[in-house]
Amino acid sequence: MNKMEKALYELSEMDELAARSSPIHRLHPAAKLLSTIAYIVVTVSFDKYDLSGLVPMLLWPVLLFQLSGIPVRTCFYKLRIVLPLVMAVGLFNPLFDRRIVLQLGTLAVSGGVISMLTLMLKGLLCLMASFLLMATTPIDKLCAALRMWHVPKLLVTLLLLTYRYVGVMTGELAVMTEAYHLRAPGQKGIHISAWGSFLGQLLLRSMDRAQELYASMLLRGYHEHFHYAPVRPFALKDALYAALSISAFLLLRYVHVAALLGKVIVR
Amino acid sequence: MHMADALLSPAVAATMYVASGAVAGVSIHKLKKDDEPRKLPVMAVTAALVFAGQMINYTIPGTGSSGHMCGGMLLSALLGPQAGFLSMIVILAIQCLFFADGGLLALGANVWNMAFYGCFVGYYLIWRPIVKSSLFGEGKPAMRARIALASVLGCIITLQLGAFSVVLETSLSGITELPFGTFVALMQPIHLAIGLVEGLITTAVLLFVYESRPELLMDVEAEADGSKRSLKAVVAVLAVVALLVGGGLSLLASSNPDGLEWALFGNAEEGYAENMGLDEEAYGVESAAADTAEAIQEKTAFLPDYAFADSDSAVGTSVSGIVGSAMVAGVAVLICLAGGFFRKKMTET
Repeated sequence: MNKMEKALYELSEMDELAARSSPIHRLHPAAKLLSTIAYIVVTVSFDKYDLSGLVPMLLWPVLLFQLSGIPVRTCFYKLRIVLPLVMAVGLFNPLFDRRIVLQLGTLAVSGGVISMLTLMLKGLLCLMASFLLMATTPIDKLCAALRMWHVPKLLVTLLLLTYRYVGVMTGELAVMTEAYHLRAPGQKGIHISAWGSFLGQLLLRSMDRAQELYASMLLRGYHEHFHYAPVRPFALKDALYAALSISAFLLLRYVHVAALLGKVIVR
Repeated sequence: MHMADALLSPAVAATMYVASGAVAGVSIHKLKKDDEPRKLPVMAVTAALVFAGQMINYTIPGTGSSGHMCGGMLLSALLGPQAGFLSMIVILAIQCLFFADGGLLALGANVWNMAFYGCFVGYYLIWRPIVKSSLFGEGKPAMRARIALASVLGCIITLQLGAFSVVLETSLSGITELPFGTFVALMQPIHLAIGLVEGLITTAVLLFVYESRPELLMDVEAEADGSKRSLKAVVAVLAVVALLVGGGLSLLASSNPDGLEWALFGNAEEGYAENMGLDEEAYGVESAAADTAEAIQEKTAFLPDYAFADSDSAVGTSVSGIVGSAMVAGVAVLICLAGGFFRKKMTET
């Protein structure tokens, strides 16, 4: 499987997950979007040394994974690209910040280590939150939610159309690269003599196709906006979900739950 | 260059969202005024193509490594800056939502770093002035040279601006302990090389479009046929020139390793992080920029992320915090067990 086929596979995998049914899937997309954004903002706003304050935030994605039945493995598979990058930036923290902030028996933990771990946990949590949003919400419903929030029509339609074509184009390019490599065995990438024509050919044909597509859209009565699949109205349970989750995040942000819990046992 | 959520503080992320949102608003307004919504399918198809096209590996001759093309320049040359900017937003949004490439909160910053510079700076300050000028004389070969120059310069400069913004945003968020000057010295030369390669690939694609359908390119008039030079020759000549220029520039850029050494070793020997603040005397590089950054940082020091935890009570690394965290982990395991139990029951019934 080449890179593009892998990407296609990941896309269809997300589509399949989003098409499942669960209490989380059935929530209004706007409620899910709102609570996800609130979650990420609250997570990111934790102090860079506040590792134990951040840990309880883990409960929300864990709860969602369980309620929605989304496999955790799929999420961690996606982590493989992003987490090394976040770590690379945090990796320098232990080098520069060597102030000892914690003594665990004979093990001294420096501020840099704490801040590196906090950074990594933050990255993990934010990623899980956005993954859960997309794994429980189909793109057309998300676009309908964005329209509800008055995100410009042009942008939303563009997002929807582009998403559709990403599949088509990626498939086309996967076939093209496969064919190219069969004719040029042992070659790592596209040779310099084909740099322009390889993508250029497809670009020209696709742009013509897009013009025809627009003409046919007009003939079928398209008038600057799509009619989205009706999303059911925002119900009480959606409002309740959003309100409850956001207040839980704020509670976790301002009340140090981990320390309180710990004090029950340790004096 | 995609930034993850964890690399930004909420305040910086929100600021970048506002900035990118404003540019998007202006772009949409402009497109509507020019009655360009009819461009919509073309925008969508081109955006999807750039998205997929960035996954193709182009072999760089003689090095064994590979690169990919520069989306912002290609899109603004084909669609114009406004439509190109909106297409880039959509590409970045799909990358962030479906491929976890860049975060949801960091989307505003990513749009700014990769789309704004590539589309607006790249188009108005580099593409249009160069392509419309009479540089290299008249005729088709001259136009080819101008397109090549604009693409390479555009990719290099916009990528440098983007890389610098990444450093600035991360430093303002107080995420990394890496001193500003060191971070800049690490990021800029790497992106110089990447920009060069991206520029050459973008040149190749744009020259191909120019050869076959010049009317598709912005600000390029189809001219009477002149002498035809092979695409390969143009790219090869350009590669040599660019490598020379790039090599010279990266020599200049890396002529200050003492700043890096100081930051890495001198500081570590001290055992303290007190020089992490932007001490402009200690390294002469980027001192003007560092000054400005410091001034901005002082103003934004109320951000929770930037504050140094002086008292351990604020740190939350007390023993009770650790014990509590362990308990939270226990609760998480319980939730998982309960979820598994109930799902099993559901499937049984």
